[in-house]
Amino acid sequence: MIISVASGKGGTGKTTVAASLASVKDNCVYIDCDVEEPNGHLLLNPKIDFEEKVYKKLPQIDYNKCDFCGKCVEVCEFNALINLKFEIILFEEMCHWCGSCKYFCPAKAITDREKEIGVLRCGSVNEHLIFADGILKIGEISSVPLIKELKKKVIKEKINIIDSPPGTSCAMIESVKDSDFCILVTESTPFGLSDLKIAADVLNEIGIPFGVIINKYKPEFKEMENYLNDNMMDILLKIPFDRKIAEDYSKGILPVFNNNELKNAFAGLINNLKTTKVPEKTDV
Amino acid sequence: MLNDMNEGKAKNKSGKIAVTSTGGSMDALVSEQFGRCQYFLIVDPETMKFEAVSNLGEQMQSGAGPKAAELIIGKGAAVLLTGHVGDKAEEALKRGGVKIINGLKGTVKIKDAINNYLSKKTEQ
Repeated sequence: MIISVASGKGGTGKTTVAASLASVKDNCVYIDCDVEEPNGHLLLNPKIDFEEKVYKKLPQIDYNKCDFCGKCVEVCEFNALINLKFEIILFEEMCHWCGSCKYFCPAKAITDREKEIGVLRCGSVNEHLIFADGILKIGEISSVPLIKELKKKVIKEKINIIDSPPGTSCAMIESVKDSDFCILVTESTPFGLSDLKIAADVLNEIGIPFGVIINKYKPEFKEMENYLNDNMMDILLKIPFDRKIAEDYSKGILPVFNNNELKNAFAGLINNLKTTKVPEKTDV
Repeated sequence: MLNDMNEGKAKNKSGKIAVTSTGGSMDALVSEQFGRCQYFLIVDPETMKFEAVSNLGEQMQSGAGPKAAELIIGKGAAVLLTGHVGDKAEEALKRGGVKIINGLKGTVKIKDAINNYLSKKTEQ
């Protein structure tokens, strides 16, 4: 099964939650899809076995065939091409390689070429936990092709924990899609609530079941629970706002290793998801 | 990133001057923005006749600068007077053979900007 961990707001504790889940249960795969700033490796200390380069495609114009009609420029949604009538300029970092220019070129002057956009790293934390993450090259506009490659590391027979990037953009959607369940991590602040609402809307739109973990939980911030109750969203876990957890985190220690209560809570959570969600899928 | 062999390949015989503008007349104020200005005034310095072109890039999400460069190169501009040009637009303008004069302030009228440029040019 695939469990993704997303948030909306950054800094709510996605990686702490994802790494904790992966650590309390055997037979897991942890995949850090936050390729713009991966940090799961800091908490899990994996041994990296190999790296793979990841490429994206870009249009290549054959000037022996191009007659500068400008069709490619017209169909480019991202303004990555401009036509000087004696040269077509491509701004590589703006190209999403949708393939429209190649498809529509009347002179068939466009082919594709590859450009390296980052690396993918694979390894393991111990015999129970497989690790993968990706590092996007600085200046690359889109992390989506790298996340797509990274998600090929999912092992169907195992419990796959996907650590999504923050926000609700293409990168987050690419990370969480195909999940059996998504855990949204939020915090007891107005910012956490505001971004949680957006993330919840996205998951409802793409049809992924989800529950919420409130990290840095403060009971006095009632708006959070009011919203969750009003919208019938499940609260999976409340992690208290605790100095000890923050101190451990600052040393790269997961809270589950020093706190049995939390360890049991995470283990219970993953067991519940495993038993309730998998049969649902097979019924469909 | 790009092949520098082609730089300046375009020859602009017309010698037209493009100015980024907040309005469609010679009395309008200069726009300090290049990619996201409201209008380009394309002026023929020989006759001082001009064409006002509205800039679609004003509403573009991204890539407004290079698009604006494409537009004024297509209109035959040899010189651009503006406040500031971004990196990508600058690259496109150079390759299109357009000379960039930047640093203009939004308090200057288009006609004064052009006269100022032309008088400096003759001094040289």
